Amino acid sequence: MTTEHIRSAEPDLPAGGPARPSGLVLPRYRHDDPDTHPPMLFPDYGSTNLRAPKQPLALLPQRLTEVTGPLLGAGRPGDLDHDLTRQHAGEPQGQRIIVHGRVLDGNGRPIPHTLVEIWQPNAAGRYRHVNDNWPAPLDPNFTGVGRTLTDAEGHYRFVTIQPGAYPWRNHPNAWRPAHIHFSLFGQAFTQRLVTQMYFPGDPLFFQDPVFNSVRDPLARERLISRYDHSVTEPEWALGFEFDLVLRGREATPFEDGDDDD
Amino acid sequence: MTEHTDLTPTFGTGLAVGTSASPVGTAALAPTPSLGSTPAQTVGPYLHIGLLWPDGPEVVPEGTAGAFWIRGQVFDGAGAVVPDALVETWQADPDGRFDHPDDPRGAQSPAVPGFRGFGRSATDADGRYEIRTLKPGALPGADGETEAPHLNLSIFARGLLHRLVTRLYFPDEEAANAADPVLGAIDPTRRATLVARPAPDGLRFDIHLQGPDETVFFAV
Repeated sequence: MTTEHIRSAEPDLPAGGPARPSGLVLPRYRHDDPDTHPPMLFPDYGSTNLRAPKQPLALLPQRLTEVTGPLLGAGRPGDLDHDLTRQHAGEPQGQRIIVHGRVLDGNGRPIPHTLVEIWQPNAAGRYRHVNDNWPAPLDPNFTGVGRTLTDAEGHYRFVTIQPGAYPWRNHPNAWRPAHIHFSLFGQAFTQRLVTQMYFPGDPLFFQDPVFNSVRDPLARERLISRYDHSVTEPEWALGFEFDLVLRGREATPFEDGDDDD
Repeated sequence: MTEHTDLTPTFGTGLAVGTSASPVGTAALAPTPSLGSTPAQTVGPYLHIGLLWPDGPEVVPEGTAGAFWIRGQVFDGAGAVVPDALVETWQADPDGRFDHPDDPRGAQSPAVPGFRGFGRSATDADGRYEIRTLKPGALPGADGETEAPHLNLSIFARGLLHRLVTRLYFPDEEAANAADPVLGAIDPTRRATLVARPAPDGLRFDIHLQGPDETVFFAV
């Protein structure tokens, strides 16, 4: 029940994988608790009203296309892509910060060599984007885009600038709490995740519908980074730790099941 | 094994996907995960600075024999185009294989040079995206059935707090589509939303987030 058995029904399919006693086996990824992720429709966030599907989602069984995924990486990040403070001739304005952590699956296993993409506004809260025109200054020395690969133990590390909060028009006097956008692939289509990292103690959380669209308070806490003094560099930069957890696999008879309770 | 025959949009205890019911849905299916997943958040309106690659729409390089374009528009519930969405695609190679360790037939490098399997395109001011690719092969499924050639799509946008997942099937695969176990579980009146239409240089596949022509979206 925890595995999918795929019979080689077509004789011309090459038998490339290791021989297994009961046929071909696919991993299966656990479904997240329904309150872990935001609902598609969340009226407090006005843009969901015309974009959230009205029909119930159909369940897509996890087959070959779902348990595989793009293993991008080698060659994609450039040497300075992880350091957003060194991508221009001069240094950007603002508080220099180090954001680091691990990419894990729900079984606590690190996800190695996986692409992590981030984007953010500058210290004044403005994105270098043609549609962001609120009256805060652009910084000629800050693009706000980073990418890196996790190492063999799932670690990643960025150097950047503390992003500013910024106003939007969702509700009266609406401000987004400071955040950094994260995009992750993991190892399978099932694990694809785009999220936002927030900072501890932000006074704007109470009025932000994006943050509060996550209804499980414990899950919401997982969006907030932790100040990490052990990574803070003297006379240089403040450290923040942010681990990301992608969906874990169910145990199978062919895997080391001792990772699961 | 019930997953192969029971495709109703519910999890173990019968909770409808996307409801706000109590969080017991996965408890009956699996051991409690040792770590809770990081929640999804919207890509917001400025995804373009972070997620666009120059070669994003190119599942295969220019000049690849047999390559074609999948093009379409993304629409919201008012019928307006969505000019700030991102469409990603993932698919098998023309031999129906994945260059991935969890393909139990063995990871296989694609016979087509530069085949990436993955495509990514933002929508433009008219809500249009485009992906250049090759037709994937059919895939073996459980219990001897065969999945018709298909692409998996993820859609991200401002106003989407989590990605949407859908599938694209091919209009010239009528017999294979009729036997496809995923399509077969979809309400027949809505199946057509998952089948692309022929276009002069490939296929057209529009995505309706909401409304009378709403595309079928999946929980995966």
